[in-house]
Amino acid sequence: MLRFAVGGLAANKVRSALTMLGVLIGVASVILLLAVGNGSSVAVKDSITSLGTNSLTVSSGSANGGSRATSSVKKLTVADAKALATEADPASVKSVAPVVTTSATALYGNVSYSPGSIVGTYPAYFETSNQKVAHGEYFTNDDVLGSRKVAVLGATTAKQLFDTEDPVGKKITVGGTPFTVVGVLQAKGGSGFTDPDDVLIAPLPTVQNAFTGFGPVNQILVQAASADSTTAAQSEITRVLLAAHAITDPTKADFRITNQASLLTARESTTKTFTVLLGAVAAISLLVGGIGITNIMLVTVTERTREIGIRKALGAPRAVILGQFLTESTLLSVIGAGLGVAAGIAGSHFSIVGIKPVVIPESVLGAFGIAVAIGLFFGSYPANRAASLRPIDALRHE
Amino acid sequence: MRHVIDKRVPVGPPPPVIRIRRLTKAYGHGDATVHALRGPADPATGAPLGVALDIDQGDYVAVMGSSGSGKSTLMNILGCLDVPTAGSYQLDGIDVGHLDEGQLSLVRNRKIGFIFQSFNLVPRTTALAQVELPLAYAGVRAAERRRRAMAALSLVGLAERAGHRPNELSGGQQQRVAVARALVTAPAMLLADEPTGNLDSRATEDVLAIIDRLNATGRTVVLITHEDEVARHAKRVLRLVDGQIVSDVRQAKVDGPPPLFDESGVPA
Repeated sequence: MLRFAVGGLAANKVRSALTMLGVLIGVASVILLLAVGNGSSVAVKDSITSLGTNSLTVSSGSANGGSRATSSVKKLTVADAKALATEADPASVKSVAPVVTTSATALYGNVSYSPGSIVGTYPAYFETSNQKVAHGEYFTNDDVLGSRKVAVLGATTAKQLFDTEDPVGKKITVGGTPFTVVGVLQAKGGSGFTDPDDVLIAPLPTVQNAFTGFGPVNQILVQAASADSTTAAQSEITRVLLAAHAITDPTKADFRITNQASLLTARESTTKTFTVLLGAVAAISLLVGGIGITNIMLVTVTERTREIGIRKALGAPRAVILGQFLTESTLLSVIGAGLGVAAGIAGSHFSIVGIKPVVIPESVLGAFGIAVAIGLFFGSYPANRAASLRPIDALRHE
Repeated sequence: MRHVIDKRVPVGPPPPVIRIRRLTKAYGHGDATVHALRGPADPATGAPLGVALDIDQGDYVAVMGSSGSGKSTLMNILGCLDVPTAGSYQLDGIDVGHLDEGQLSLVRNRKIGFIFQSFNLVPRTTALAQVELPLAYAGVRAAERRRRAMAALSLVGLAERAGHRPNELSGGQQQRVAVARALVTAPAMLLADEPTGNLDSRATEDVLAIIDRLNATGRTVVLITHEDEVARHAKRVLRLVDGQIVSDVRQAKVDGPPPLFDESGVPA
């Protein structure tokens, strides 16, 4: 039977090939578009994880929109950070780093460059924000206590100021204050509009002394003990800060806590919608491929009506005729789907509009299975029509 | 085969292969009804009484008539390709009127060997596979199928052409393949519809000689034709006019050889 089916398909090579092409494009686009959707979701996840999923950012301002409470807003201070460090449950809060940010121009020799931000903080900042030193070392708690004029440069800043030179140990001047470079961070790569590598990080008191003064801090970066304890850490921070600011009603809190994990969930659901949309478009093209099979099988049945009549006159039972045409249509879809899988997987090795596609194994199996099912389903109508032809009519057909 | 049946039924002649009673076939409805097969009219009412016909084991019957006489309709009903409007049809003792489509395909497969005017070979299929086809539908195993198909092909003198496809064979050779395909299942009856209509005179002689020889070995043959030369090969000639049998002439005995059978006339 398989031999007959192959023979039938081979009799009309161009037609069979074009029908297979329909299925091929359908299957390949399902695999490829889902891979692109998945790839972008993986990319978003990676970039958010690189910011540190355990980190919570506390910033000043009302949680409910702000303007109503502006008069009573108490800025975050180093004291708040100290309160968090000492009073919060260490089971959920691992470390605390107050952060001030400013901007100034850095000079090295006759090169001048303004980093995107100059950050003054504690050494805990590096771990919390997932910043790793590529070369040199971090500044230490001693540096903070001694207000030493040391700095760690982001990859972009280091490149701009020093180009190929080794920055570690070199002196730079930032806003008139001399700093010694002790380390260069690993490049994280840009994931948005701001370049996370375009920074200069120095001990908090040094930056306060040189630029911002010993006023409030911009943010307090808190590292939760683990990704699972971020919720517990969030409530700990709320409790400690409400007490420190002497606020009894939690709805009147004058600070906001943002959580990388919740950001991650939000971004993930966006990319999921994106993936589903792409998948739906691809599924439609698969359906169109299936209709192509029906169309071509109907033509084949009409064309071979006489042959069907002969076979029936020779005593072919209904099931044999049905089986023969179903085998042909299924063979079309199986070969088409097989080639489609190959094309889809091959295509996913290229990056598409800046996204590296990541093939979902289920989508390969699913697309193949659906294509074969479509061949069976869409082939069954023409096959049924062939099988129920009356032999006398079929033989008279010219 | 006849001897077996003779033993079972010791008195009287063997039962007929075909027994038709009061058979009519009409197309269309109401006033537009056309009776393709009607038989004699009822003298009282004028309604068609239907065709009655018996064909015995081993007979060689030619059905003649001009186009529109109902001979093709008769052929289609005899071949179980079409169902009569009314009347009964017994083929080899089976009442065909009560069978469903599945059983009819079984009857076509086991009891009838078709030979068509336009050969009706399956395209793109070798001669051997053509002849194997009815055996495949009958569920015969591959090795057995091959053996019997080769035997049938040698019987029609085409053993060395077994691997050829229809487009590589001449008209006469194609029709001989069709004959081999018709006889490979050892059917109760060979049904030939104008088997020589598309053949030149030499191929016509070849094919008719094969059919004569098959009949001489006891195979029942029903042959539809409008050519007198072809009809001369038959033992019995029926003439159809307007859906009625108007003459029934016996040219040779049922259990003798066909009238033009020539032992030496075997095609190469």
